[in-house]
Amino acid sequence: MERDPRFDVALRLEVEDLYARYIACLDQRRYDEWPGFFTEECVYKLQPRENFDRGLPLCTLAFESRGMLKDRVYGITQTLFHQPYYQRHLVSGLAIAAVEEGVVAAEANYLVIRTRKNEPSEVFNCGRYFDRIVREGGALKFREKLAVFDSELIPNSIIYPI
Amino acid sequence: MNAPDTVVAPVDWPEIGPSRVPYPVYTDPALYREELERFFYRGHWCYVGLEAEIPETGDFKRSRVGERSVVMVRGADGAINVVENRCAHRGAEFCQQEHGRAKDFICPYHQWSYDLAGNLQGVPFRRGVRRDGRVEGGMPPDFKLEERSLVKLKVETFNGVVFASFDPGLPPLAEYFGPEVMPWLGRVFNGRKLQVLGYSRQRIPGNWKLMQENIKDPYHPGLLHTWFVVFGLWRADQKSQLVMDAKSRHAVMISRKNEGGKGEVTQGVSSFKENMKLNDLRVLDVVPEHWWNGPTVTMLTLFPSVIIQQQVNSVSTRHIVPRGPGVFDFYWTHFGFEDDTPEMTRRRLRQANLFGPAGYVSADDGEVIEMQQHGFAARDDYTTISELGGRDIGSSDHMVTETLIRGMYRYYREVMGL
Repeated sequence: MERDPRFDVALRLEVEDLYARYIACLDQRRYDEWPGFFTEECVYKLQPRENFDRGLPLCTLAFESRGMLKDRVYGITQTLFHQPYYQRHLVSGLAIAAVEEGVVAAEANYLVIRTRKNEPSEVFNCGRYFDRIVREGGALKFREKLAVFDSELIPNSIIYPI
Repeated sequence: MNAPDTVVAPVDWPEIGPSRVPYPVYTDPALYREELERFFYRGHWCYVGLEAEIPETGDFKRSRVGERSVVMVRGADGAINVVENRCAHRGAEFCQQEHGRAKDFICPYHQWSYDLAGNLQGVPFRRGVRRDGRVEGGMPPDFKLEERSLVKLKVETFNGVVFASFDPGLPPLAEYFGPEVMPWLGRVFNGRKLQVLGYSRQRIPGNWKLMQENIKDPYHPGLLHTWFVVFGLWRADQKSQLVMDAKSRHAVMISRKNEGGKGEVTQGVSSFKENMKLNDLRVLDVVPEHWWNGPTVTMLTLFPSVIIQQQVNSVSTRHIVPRGPGVFDFYWTHFGFEDDTPEMTRRRLRQANLFGPAGYVSADDGEVIEMQQHGFAARDDYTTISELGGRDIGSSDHMVTETLIRGMYRYYREVMGL
């Protein structure tokens, strides 16, 4: 009997490792490395669940290339004035939905805790990643990352990637 | 209209006038409650939504007027009704869905039911319950269904935009916004059907008036917002116009983009990044539209509750929902038009990266408003200063002035009796 590729242990470990490295990069503020987690042609979307559920296309952020991700990094480090904060991502419940023609469809819940200077930590954004992952140059990369968040009200603003 | 009966709080407004605003105007709870009454519940039209959100009979959307929850619903006759989301019986906020389609509204608590116009249709056990040949309970004989409707707001629409008020005595919208502002509203909403692209919602820890001020302030965009100054979307050397209505409460900021780059207005401006180059230019793939008739940006502040944004190809309403003296919610509805090509829709969505709670030129507006509120919180004995361009109030053919903010506070003082 052919093994279901979704339960390939080595693949699952590798996907988990991709998420672990991704959130460590963001939480440690190594933003210059963030676009490197994506393929050159890629999609990154951060979308309110309200729009996602209703089939409305508007996203809080919607990028369509690694170049746009680099422009966002420039934006958050050089142009967007904001009160700085720490992010702490927790990712859990990884589900590999399908593995087809070298594309891994993965989903996982995420929670981001925000900590501003001199303030207590607070729940900032929570939702689910819907991702398409491919192998490029031996490493797994996101070809698509869609972060759909439940949080009905954004606590003022979202500056850093999620 | 709006004649103040009393002075509402002990705010000592400086002799010099509306170019100075005392900090307690942004923090005082009693003053805030009075603002809700005088601006959101009386004498003013408030934004509730777009007709395109409820195209069919029975379609509804929850919205807010001031702090009050309301439901905007298309009635059996096709007209738009706005009713307060509060059962006449025991006060429950009966509608808990953000949007949907209904035949009627039934409060879950005791099943009082209302039609789409808010009329009470029936209450269970109104005539009592018959048992062993006698009737037990029931409403008193003088109970009349028609006296227990939902609170119905006065409603008027303008080319697809829905305004409502708890005050039945308001003048028509055209008179309320005035002949100076109406043409600019009619430029964006010229009767074409709208296509809703989606929503963004944020909670900004600042006084609601600061958002009105922010979009009546042409001083900051070319200073705070790097993208505006570098790419010439909004800066002080552009051909511009500031318009206000006769009462100086509503306003329009109008401008035309230029090529950006270095110039007199970038000297010493720390946010100007001469060498900034985008890796992917599609975010700024601006295509002029026939209805612009020149200006590339028009920002309307319709007092007290909404901002209408046209920034190049990105169009949205921004609904101000006060939540207390130091916090408001801000609901963005991005839209396009029925004749948009798929390319134009994609363009509007790409440019939406500039606006909203994470936008390149909007995220920091929320951030600075929060910082202002921090500044106000710990002092009652200071005022803000809005004296760029002098202390007079009037329309302007340039944007090196804070005249629109002064105008708003002249009006504010009249209504509040301060």
